Formats: sequence, C-alpha cells, structure tokens
Amino acid sequence: MVSIWFFIGISLAVNGALILAAGIYQVVYPPENPGVVLFNLHANVWWGAILLVIGAAYCLKFAPRRQQ
Amino acid sequence: MTQLLAIAVPTRLVHLSPIDVVIVVFYFVLVLSIGWYLKGRANTGEDFFMAGREMTAWVAGLSFLSANLGALELMGWAGSAYQYGILATHWYWIGAIPAMLFLALVMMPFYYISKTHSVPGYLKLRFGEPSRALSAVSFAFMTVLMSGVNMFAMAKVMQIVLGWDINFSIWVSSLTVAIYVTLGGLRSAIFNEVLQFFLIWAGALLIPILGLYEAGGWANLKVLIAQRASEQYVHLWSGLGSFSNNPMGINWVGIVFGLGAIISMGYWTTDFLVVQRILAAKDIRSAEMAPIIGAGFKMFVPIIVILPGLLGLAVLPEKLVPESVATLTGGHSYNDVLPLMLARYCGPGLLGLGVTALIAGFMSGMAGNVSAFTTVWTYDIYRPLINSKGTDHHYVNMGRWTTIVGVLISVGTAYLVMQFASIMDYVQALFSFFIAPLFGTVVLGMLWKRATSAGGFWGLLCGTLSSITMWTWVKIDPTALRYVALSPNAKGLAQDMFQALWSFLVCVLVTVVVSLATKPVPDGELSGLVYGLTEVPSVGDVPLYEKPLFWAALVTVVFVILNIIFW
Repeated sequence: MVSIWFFIGISLAVNGALILAAGIYQVVYPPENPGVVLFNLHANVWWGAILLVIGAAYCLKFAPRRQQ
Repeated sequence: MTQLLAIAVPTRLVHLSPIDVVIVVFYFVLVLSIGWYLKGRANTGEDFFMAGREMTAWVAGLSFLSANLGALELMGWAGSAYQYGILATHWYWIGAIPAMLFLALVMMPFYYISKTHSVPGYLKLRFGEPSRALSAVSFAFMTVLMSGVNMFAMAKVMQIVLGWDINFSIWVSSLTVAIYVTLGGLRSAIFNEVLQFFLIWAGALLIPILGLYEAGGWANLKVLIAQRASEQYVHLWSGLGSFSNNPMGINWVGIVFGLGAIISMGYWTTDFLVVQRILAAKDIRSAEMAPIIGAGFKMFVPIIVILPGLLGLAVLPEKLVPESVATLTGGHSYNDVLPLMLARYCGPGLLGLGVTALIAGFMSGMAGNVSAFTTVWTYDIYRPLINSKGTDHHYVNMGRWTTIVGVLISVGTAYLVMQFASIMDYVQALFSFFIAPLFGTVVLGMLWKRATSAGGFWGLLCGTLSSITMWTWVKIDPTALRYVALSPNAKGLAQDMFQALWSFLVCVLVTVVVSLATKPVPDGELSGLVYGLTEVPSVGDVPLYEKPLFWAALVTVVFVILNIIFW
C-alpha cells in the first residue's frame, strides 16, 4: 500500500511549487497594488520553496518503489 | 469553477487568483483520490470501522489531533483569543495535555485490551446494554450537531473570505466528505486527517510568523495589546484569582477543576470522535504513544490559532465585535479574525493554501464526526437494538449508507445552527450535557470494581439530566448563573465549567450510592475491564526513549515550563 507520507509529500511539493511560481512571478512583475502588508518580504517565494523542499524529501523517502 | 465563483456575494474579503483556485481544486482532487485508492481496503467491518487496527503511533496520533482541529479550533478559538486574550490557551494546555496523557497511560490499556470498537462498546462490556444505549444515543445526537456546527462555520468563512454562497459551501464540503468516507471508511478518514494536519500547519503558520514580524516581536505585541485592550490579555494565570480580574469572567477553580479535570478529561478520554483514532492503532505501545504524540503537537497548536487572535487585537485597524453586534452593524465579528489575518498577509498562492488549510480543518472535523457517528450507529444502536443477525458484509453496507445519511442529517443541522448567535457557547453547552457525566461513568468503571451496572446507568442518566437542568435554568433565568458558578461576577464560559463540574459530581455520587445499594459484580466478569483485576500488557523490552512513560514525562515538563513562562 502507498504510504500516507507519500501523499503528504505530493501535496506539499505541488503546493510549494505553485506558491513559489506565483511568488517569482510577483518578483519579476511586481503588482502596483499588492493588496497585502509586508509584500516586500516576498513570503510566497521562501515559503513556497520550503514546502517544495519538504514535499520533495517526503516523496523521495516514501516513494512506492522504494517502500517495496 | 468560474461559475462557482460567480455565486459570490459582493462583501467578499479577498479575491482568489487563478493559482489559488488551482491549489483549492488540487486539494479536493487529492482527498477524493485517497478515498478512491483506499476503497478496495474497506471490505470487512474491521477494515471499514477500525481501519484494520494497523495504524502506527504517528498516524494514529496525528489523526487523533487532526480530528479535533475542526472549525471551532481554527476559527472559534482564534476569535476567543481576540475576545479573551491568551486565556483561551487554557483550552490547549491544561484543557488538553493532562487529559491526553491520562488517556495514554491509564485508560488506553483498558480500551485496547478489551478490543472494544467504541466507547459505548466499553460501557456495554462494563455496565451492560442500558448504559451503552444511553451513551450511544446521546453521542450520536451530539456528533451530528457537532458536524452541523463544523459545516456552518466553514460556510461562514467561505462567505466572508471568498463571498461564496453559504449553501454552496455546505454542500460541496459535505458531499466530498461523504464520498471519501463512504469509499474508504475510517482508514480514508484517518489518511485524509493526517494530510489535513500538514496542510493546516503549512497554510496557517505563516500568519503568526509575519504577524510577529509586523508587531515587532512578542515583547512589543504585549505592549500593543495592553494599549488596545488590557494587560490581563497576555497572562495565563495571574488574573484568575477572582472572576472580575480577567476578561473571561472565570476563576482558577473553574479552569483547573471544571476545564482541566472534567471537561477536557471527558472530551479527550471518552469522546469517541477522537478515541476512535487511537483504537485503530496496531499494538498497545502505538495506542499509548499516539495520544502522547498528539499532546506534544497540541501544545504548539496555539501558535496557529491563539497567536493570530492576539495579533489581530494588536494590528488590525478595525475593532471586532460580538456576532450579534456584527449582524446588526455589518462589521466583522471575533470569529472573523483568522480570515481577516489571512487576507492581511497572504498574496497569490499563499491565500489559496490558507483557504485550503481552513477547508481542510473543517473537513477533518466533519469526517471525524461522520466516521464516529457511523460506527456508533452501526455497532451500538443498529446491531444490538434493531438487527443483531446481520452478516459482516451487511454491517459494512449499513456503515456506508449511514455515512451518507449522517452527512445529510449534519447538513440539516447546519441550517439549524444558523439560528444560534454564538457557535462556541452552543458547543460548550453540548460538552457539558454529555461529556462530563460520561467521563464519570467510564473512569469509575475502569478504576472502581465495586461500580455496578445499575450504578453506571443511573449515574450517567442523572449526571446528564442535572447538566441539562442547570443549562435550562440559566437560559430561563440568567441570574441563576451566580448559583451555578458560585459567583455574581461569573460569565458565560464559567457556567460551562461549573456545570460540567456539578454534573460530573452528580454522576459520581449517584453511581457510588446506587452501586453500594446493589449486588456487586463478580471479579471474574471484570477481568480486562477494571484496574486491579486486569493484567495490563507491557509495551515490551524497549529502550528508554521508546517507552511511552518517558515521552509523557517529557511532555509534562514542557507543559509546566510553558505555563510558567506565560503565567
């Protein structure tokens, strides 16, 4: 059976990649009105990257082939 | 999805970007995929209702915690932190940690070795059919109401944050839960709860991080709160000497004995919604470790629930008001603080994850209620009282249909809940009705061999009735609160604490008196059910760092230190 930790890895990695991509887009094309406070910290870039790394690590460690 | 977003009302807090919509949709696809993947592993009663009893300590422990991380946790307690300050943290620390450790070290061995499938099932073994029937019916009633509360809270958040129609939110979330629980049973619910646990942290942790940055750190946050509210909002214990010295209108007796010793013990040790996750553990050591792992994480949940409420008090430009006032003025209520903070800090992508975290929290609570309701209905009401001759396959089918029916009843309940002004007061009242007396009955059953079947039944019934009587008395005559809580300065939450305390004492008193007046149960019939007559199995010859007692001691030390730091 596929480990639950693998599903969690997929979830974190996909969400992390999407958030990171959105963050990089905003760095390259900064919006005129960001709509959030502390926009200058670009939280979606580093938070997305953190989620992507953790998710990828889970995916690798608990991949179904490796578990077998 | 464009069509769905078009249902929106114009008062929405935020607008989801396409990337946010993708993240939300991906979450729904993933949880449904997990349910679909697990559908072939829910063919027997043991699989469908008990997840095959093969969960590791980590999976059972995180699921145990996640089932409790529902709508009330995320939105309600953030609102309570805004309203009452750091006092709301008591519900996470003294109102949870001792009870979870007590469950792990004292009660879990009895639940586990009796091989019961539910808490009412244990009452059947210990006190007989009447106690089981009373407990099962009251639990089923409570759990669908709780599920309705969850749905309503979720729909409200979706309305405030995204402008989604309240009916649309209720039906989409409830149908999703119905599908994945019907397909995969408890295993599917547990797997999704663990996933949801991670998503909740991933989506909510950024709010306190950015909030503390904006407020200038914890020390500056305390100064801001003292300026905008009161210095007592950041003290856990120092204002609890009397009812009038703290924003909650409660004293330390209510917190320690009402919340810590009764309500939390009742909830964390006898509420089948959470206990069911532990019963699915693969062995006795995992069953003991799971609540300890849950307790370890529970201590840090205030970071994503209480801290955003406190930060809202310090940094939000507008002043939030009670739900009843917000309804009249069109402003935002205390319960809106978490979505408001989410909108304040989270841009594209992060907003989608934050919204997903809220949805995940709501759905995990709902799935927990539905799966627990399904098991209790099938095993504790339908099988003993309606059809005791069905096959295992028949009961699994009954479980699947009950899941769907349970969701539909919950949807109906959600519409009823809309009539109540305060979500929290409503649920606290429910806890007091059933949970406190049930804890009295179960703990006496486990620890006192002289307790008899008649004593257990009448104690449970009288405790529950006393609780309902007190609640009704105060509802009819609010000045009666001074008698229930023993102070003219007591406020609403104090009533719940003292009501639970009295109903527990009534339950214990009646159980003791009736038991002493009736014939004792022979010791031989109590083996495996009562302390002193049961050989509790050892966790095995394992190193110190693998022993549940070691980790329980460590959690206790951290718990004490945290209370001293925030005294």
